[in-house]
Order: sequence, then structure tokens, then C-alpha cells
Amino acid sequence: MRHIISVLMENEPGALSRVVGLFSQRGYNIDTLTVAPTNDLTLSRLTLTTHGSDQIIEQITKHLNKLIDVVKVIDLTDGPHLEREIMLVKVRANEAQRAEINHCVDVFRGQIVDVNTNTYTLQVIGSSDKNDAFIEAIDYANILELVRSGVSGLSRGEKILKV
Amino acid sequence: MELLSGGEIVVRALKDAGVKYVWGYPGGAALHIYDALFQQKDVEHILVRHEQGAVHAADGHSRSTGDVGTVLVTSGPGATNAITGIATAYMDSIPMVVISGQVPRDKIGQDAFQETDMVGISRPIVKHSFLVMDASEIAVVIAKAFYIAKTGRPGPVIVDIPKDVTSPEYRIPYEYPEKIKIRSYHPTTKGHAGQVKRAVKTLLAAKRPVIYSGGGAILGDASAELTELTRLLNFPITNTLMGLGAFPGNDPQFLGMLGMHGTVEANNAMHEADVIFAVGARFDDRVTNTPSKFCPSAKIIHIDVDPTSISKTVNIDIPIVGVCSTVLRQVIEEIKTTKDTTDKIAISNWWSKINDWRERYGIYTEPRHEPSSGDIIKPQDVIRSLYKATNGDAFITSDVGQHQMFAAQYYLFDKPRRWINSGGLGTMGFGLPAAMGVQLAHPNAIVACVTGEGSIQMCIQELSTCLQYGFPIKIISLNNQALGMVRQWQDMQYSGRYSSSLYEDSLPDFVKLAESFGHVGIRVSNFDELDDKMEECFALKDRVVFMDINVDRNEHVYPMLIAPNGSMKDMKLSKTERT
Ligand SMILES: Cc1ncc(C[n+]2csc(CCOP(=O)(O)OP(=O)(O)O)c2C)c(N)n1
Ligand SMILES: [Mg+2]
Repeated sequence: MRHIISVLMENEPGALSRVVGLFSQRGYNIDTLTVAPTNDLTLSRLTLTTHGSDQIIEQITKHLNKLIDVVKVIDLTDGPHLEREIMLVKVRANEAQRAEINHCVDVFRGQIVDVNTNTYTLQVIGSSDKNDAFIEAIDYANILELVRSGVSGLSRGEKILKV
Repeated sequence: MELLSGGEIVVRALKDAGVKYVWGYPGGAALHIYDALFQQKDVEHILVRHEQGAVHAADGHSRSTGDVGTVLVTSGPGATNAITGIATAYMDSIPMVVISGQVPRDKIGQDAFQETDMVGISRPIVKHSFLVMDASEIAVVIAKAFYIAKTGRPGPVIVDIPKDVTSPEYRIPYEYPEKIKIRSYHPTTKGHAGQVKRAVKTLLAAKRPVIYSGGGAILGDASAELTELTRLLNFPITNTLMGLGAFPGNDPQFLGMLGMHGTVEANNAMHEADVIFAVGARFDDRVTNTPSKFCPSAKIIHIDVDPTSISKTVNIDIPIVGVCSTVLRQVIEEIKTTKDTTDKIAISNWWSKINDWRERYGIYTEPRHEPSSGDIIKPQDVIRSLYKATNGDAFITSDVGQHQMFAAQYYLFDKPRRWINSGGLGTMGFGLPAAMGVQLAHPNAIVACVTGEGSIQMCIQELSTCLQYGFPIKIISLNNQALGMVRQWQDMQYSGRYSSSLYEDSLPDFVKLAESFGHVGIRVSNFDELDDKMEECFALKDRVVFMDINVDRNEHVYPMLIAPNGSMKDMKLSKTERT
């Protein structure tokens, strides 16, 4: 099953390589990964998505917790949560194609963030599922370039990850 | 406040961390630190002959005392030479701090002379690592390194220090932190009370219990509690290769080692057990054989300081995270307060069954020597002779191979921290330098290194260190003219095709070799002279003695678990018999 794991860790050089190294060293998968400092600049928040059996996910969270730089670990998919991923897509967009693209962007509540004679750059924000659906909805052959930020997320309600 | 250079701070911080000895080897990036070492007397540096030897020596020191081993090496080749030693310590959870020199800060990343990314190259084999980018951080980082190395599940910690950070040109105030707090690091010590209660209930209800203890019982100094509990319950106990000595090896409740070359009684008892009480053991593949066939009818209780060890390879019914000694004390207290008792009849029946196995299949209690085979010395008899000559009271280090298994099977360790071997990584070359570390920590103790003619050549250069510092180690080399353990597998699985496990008469004359290093060499070729020569060896109290003992080339180590797909009760008992 797919899991979104959120890690609060020291904002130190080398911390990220330890997390990534753990996954490759033990044969676990990282599907997406995003990391940035938090409001407390001594801390970074890393979100990754992975998949595996319950036993593997349990080992992953335990191993993450064991890393000295890691302050807290939570599996967001254990409870109600929000997930967002930003996606930028550059598509071929000549006069004839524009109407259909506009329609699609509207349906997915995306935005056109750059316009050129022959191309559009589109921005879509949503869960990974929604972003996947958008890719399917627009004409695949027209996609020139695509970049996804990887998933970020928070628990719903009062549950927070803090030192 | 006192003003010190970075190099001086390194040395002073080591002293304040309680370090008396540093094992190491100098080179460019570490020279400021070496100069600071030269100018003081509190921390003594021992010059090895190869950085791998330095790490194994610090490791042996740590295994025999519980202290944090300390190593100092230079950048580049000094650092990479240390890697095998660090991996060895990591696999067996040995507390250690390794300080490595690094190229100056402004040269990092430029492929500078003797630059290697030590933090990067060591990352998968350390508990943690630091790159110190300012002299003002040195003291705190060193204090943290020692704290991390020895708490929780112990392990090696690297402190990589660029040369200019240790420069004598700059002096800054020195202060060693009194207390270390790391907000992201809080290892558990005490076991969860509810889990302890559940464990005790299960233990007392057991009809066919086995206590299975490992290296964690030794690292967690739990020998006294383990012995008390085992006797209190009258349960059988088996130790892993890493756990030998945590429970007295001569005690009738001890079933011997378990696992790949464990005793039949230990492996059978595990297989048929209804409750397994694992104490600081990690269900290694050399123990479990095929995990899906492991202990089919047992409920498993597992004490471990490291949560990742729990349910890693085998599913655990009652996990308890905590330090072994602390948790065992809780378990003992709980047993004493509860009204329940063990099922004495069931336990007695269980013992009859185990004693049957022991009588039928136990390890040799008589000499293995067969008069019909003439002079030939059996390796098992060498270990027994060693046991006699040392009254079973020596520190025994070992290398890796058949000799290691014979030592583990036949030297019955009655105390913890006496059996010093590389279990997890299986590093040939470990034995001799590890013995130096043990001898330095215990100057008056008898220290013997059980080795093979293959392994000993992997760190043979340390014979020179032994002379310089006067470590009177006894080397008991079981010379079978082959990489014996490799040959054993080639006999069993490759129809005797000895691909690169033989030396074609190229072995050195080990007696002369020992002599050229300034030591004593003794060759033993006949069974009849074995005991006398062994006595002679240990009578030379302040000399290194190299015993080159010719042993039976054809001997295999048995019992042996049958893999792949075998359970713990599937064992080969000899070249022709199996269970
Ligand atoms: C550094 C290293 N290289 C290779 C091996 C694989 N290996 C395991 S046992 C062994 C043979 C050891 O020979 P020897 O030291 O003579 O011991 P014996 O088995 O003959 O008693 C080898 C090559 C190892 N464990 N360590
Ligand atoms: Mg050999």
C-alpha cells in the first residue's frame, strides 16, 4: 500500500543523505521526496511516499526514527490527512488546441502560468491521484515537459508534528 | 578560560571523555593532532602498522571492557584503511569513536591530495558521523560522539576534522560540555511495564521454554541478571556466537551455542520450544536457518534496545524495548511478586528430552584424536588443550573460519567479554589486533588469539606493534594448510573442487616469521606433544608466542544446519550422518 511518511529532522548537512541512504541500503522504495526548512529554521520537514507491506512500512518508520538527526516521524496515511503536490506541465498549444486545454485546466482548477506562441505552461495542485488524472485528461502526445514537486502533507485536525 | 588550538582541543576533549588510549596511524591531515598528542601525557597513542589494525584493536579493547574504543587516522588512505574495522564494529554494535583527519576546508571537494569523503564512504556502516567545520565545535562534537557511541544500541561514530580546523595558529577558549542533550536522540532504557507482565505470564506458563541470548546481553552488561533469571526458572539457555559467556558455559543449564554450527540440543530445543525468550539477540540468518521454518510452535518474547531489531526477520509476539540488564531486572522482580509459578513437571519432562539429545549428539567430551590416524592433531583437541593450559580463564580472540567455530564450541566461557570475535561481518584479520586491545586493557590477563594460517596473514604486520608495546599475546594458529571453511563448503557443495582455497606450498615458515618479528615461534606436529607445548607457550609469560599447530586438513565443522530451506532441526552431524 502507498504511505506518506513525514519526517521532522535537524536542518544539518548530511541529514538528507542519511535518509536517502537508508532507503537504498535496505532496499526500500522512495516514490516521491520533498524537503525544505520549516518555520523553525533549525528543522527541516521531509515528506516521502513509499509502498510496501505493513511489515516493511513499520521497519521504515523505525529505521527513520533511529537516525540521530531525525526528531519525529509520522505516517500520515495512518489517519485523516491532507496531501498536495504541485505539477507544472509544458504542452504544445497552437490555436486549434487551446480551447480544449483551457477546458481541461478549468475542470482541474489549474492555471495557465506561462503563454508562448506555441506552448502553454500549466500549473495543477492536488493529490497525486488528481494530478495523475490530469495527465490522462490532456492529450498525452502534446506534453513537452512535466515536473512534479512530490507530495507534501499534514494531518487533519489538531494533530501536529513538533519537537 | 584556557585558550587552546584545535589540535589541542581534540586531545583535551578525548581526555575529558575519559579516554586513556588512542589507536592510530599518522599522516598529513592529522599532524596537528599528533603534535598536540606529543605534548601531553594523559592520552597515550599506540602506533599500529595498518589502520585496520588500529580499529580492530580499539574494538577489542571495547569488547573486553565496555569502554568506547578510540581511533585516530589521517585522511584518504588512512580513512579508507579503517573502513573494514569500522564495518566490523558496526555489525557487532561496538561503541567506538573514530577521528579522521580531512583536507583543509577550502580544499574539500577539489580532489585534493589524500582527499576522500569519509562521512560519505562510511555512512552505511556508522551509527552517526560528524564533519567538524569550526574549531569551536570540536569539544561538543567529541562529547556527543562518545555519548552516541555508548548509549542505546552502541556503534561506531566518525568525527572527520579538516586539517586547518586543528591548526596551531588559532587558539580559542576550551570548554568540555558537562551534559549532553540531543533533542532528536532519546534511547529507551526501561521496559514497558505491561509488556513485562505479559512476558512473565507467558514464561511461567511455558512447557518447553528456551532462553536464547545474544550479543546484546553482553553489551548491556546483563550477565548477572540473565544467570539469576535462568537459575530461578530452571530453563534451558543457549547463546549465540556473540553471546557466549553471558551465561556460564560449564553450567548444566547451558545447551551450548545455537545456529549454523550450534549443538544439536540447542537447535532441537529451539525448534520444539513453545516459548522462546530472546535476550539481546537479533534472529540472524546464521541462527534461524529458513525464517519461515523457524520455531514453528513458539511464542516469542524479545528484549532488545533497538526497536528495528524487533520483528525484522521473525515475527515477535511480545516485544520489550529496553536495555537487557534493566528489563531482566524488571522481569525477575515481576516473577518474584506474582503468584504464578513455572510448571515444574513440564519443565522436568522437557529437560529429560533435552538431556537425551545431549547424550546422543552432544559435542565431543573425550579427545577427538583417533590413535589409528597416527600423530594427526584434531583441531577440537587444540582448543581443549588451550582450555586446560589457561584454566578456562583466558581472553580468547578469534579470526574467521573453522578455527573460530571450534573455539566457540570447545572453549566454554564462564564470563562475559572473554570471547572476542567478529560475528556479524566475519572479518578475517580481526583476531591479532583485537588481542592487542584486550591485552592493553588487561595487562595481567592471559590473552590468546585463535586463528588460522589464512586469517593471521591478513593483519600479521601487527606482530611488530606487539613488540614495540610489549603485548605478550599467545597466537594459537590452527594450520590446516587451507582456507578451511571455504574448503569445507567446496567439499559439501562443489564436489571437492578447491577453487583458490589452497596455497600450493607457498606458506611462510611461521616459526621463523615470529622470530624475525622478535617473538617466539613453536611448531606442533604430533598429538602427543600438544599439551606439553601448550604449557610451554603459556609459561613464556611476557613473550609473544606463535604456536604453529598442524591440524587435520580434512576436518569439517559439525554440527551444521542444512541450508537452503532447512529448519533448525535439520543438521549434518558428520560427513555422512544427518539428523
Ligand atoms: C576478509 C575476509 N575475506 C574472506 C572471507 C571468507 N572466508 C571465511 S572463512 C575463510 C577461510 C579462513 O581460513 P583460515 O584463516 O586458514 O581458517 P580455517 O577455516 O582454515 O580454520 C574465508 C576465506 C572472510 N571471512 N573475510
Ligand atoms: Mg586454515
